[in-house]
Amino acid sequence: MTDDFTLDSIQEDALKEVGNIGAGNAATAFSEVLDRKIEIDVPSVQIIPLEDVSTITGSEEDHVAGVLFNVTGQGPGNILFIFPSESIKYLVKVVMDKEIEPDEMGEMEVSLLKELGNILSGSYLKSIGDMTQINMIQSIPGFSYDMAGAILSSTMISASKTGDNVLLIETEFMDGERKIEGYFFFIPQLESLKIILNSLGFDNNG
Amino acid sequence: MGNEEIRIKMAEYHVAKPPHVLVTLGLGSCIGLALYDKYSKVSGLIHYMLPEGNGKKNTAKYADTGIPFLIEEMIKLGAKKRNLVAKIVGGAKMFSFGDENSVMNIGQRNAKAAKKILKKEGIRILAEDTGADFGRTMRFYTDTGEVKVTSYKRDELII
Repeated sequence: MTDDFTLDSIQEDALKEVGNIGAGNAATAFSEVLDRKIEIDVPSVQIIPLEDVSTITGSEEDHVAGVLFNVTGQGPGNILFIFPSESIKYLVKVVMDKEIEPDEMGEMEVSLLKELGNILSGSYLKSIGDMTQINMIQSIPGFSYDMAGAILSSTMISASKTGDNVLLIETEFMDGERKIEGYFFFIPQLESLKIILNSLGFDNNG
Repeated sequence: MGNEEIRIKMAEYHVAKPPHVLVTLGLGSCIGLALYDKYSKVSGLIHYMLPEGNGKKNTAKYADTGIPFLIEEMIKLGAKKRNLVAKIVGGAKMFSFGDENSVMNIGQRNAKAAKKILKKEGIRILAEDTGADFGRTMRFYTDTGEVKVTSYKRDELII
């Protein structure tokens, strides 16, 4: 078995479709919670070399909120949300009708972000589970408000044990004209990726 | 202090001499290890992610392949191994889930790996700023051997 794993364009499209459906369900759930119409941008599926991971959301030193879920079951991996500062302010305003600086986040604001992450992650995994018949269970959320580079790199480590690249399915959310900058990463372990592709009809030698 | 920052990303290393500043941003559970020979001023910084590579090739990603490799590169640039000293930064636990999980303790394991390997190489550790639950940026000044650690949640620290 090789650590190098490349996706051909058909597999990539299949994963994009999985990501699309998952994200669509997540957007619906998001809309319900925020009581606004939320749409998603077409998700991108990327296999990214590890050294590029820390700057996916911008500078490594940007302060962002990270909500992390461990995924266990038949398709283990991680789900990570990154909410940059502007998005935190926006979400707190919309849901709690409060103006805050992200540095001042208290327990309630942290709970809000964790709960949003929970809802989005739950609906995403459910739809992937329905599509692939793979059982995936999410943990309770972990939270960090810190440098993007530290959060991203620490999360990617478990995925990176099986190779030098990481698969990311990245989704962006739109509230009308306004883009809610938020990054949603589905990071399956290499074996899980193979199981997912397999269940979509691809054999494991792809 | 020195100028001309050289940025080192995750799973990378670099060797340099003054007036350069070796910088790595956003250390989470990774370790930034600085090695210094104050006589030749040869400096090295590696940002590694995991303790062991199990024979894999990507040297700077792992402590067990990366640290010896860094030492070799510094010797090529004129350092003497017996003069080398070390400073270790990072190895945080960024997320807590309430239940301990060895993957999430990777920061501690990474810090331990540095100490084990440095001991084996006979290199003294002058200072460390590791653990806790916050990200760090590390600046290694090759002219003085000083390491400046900046974090969002804590005042600047010079070690």
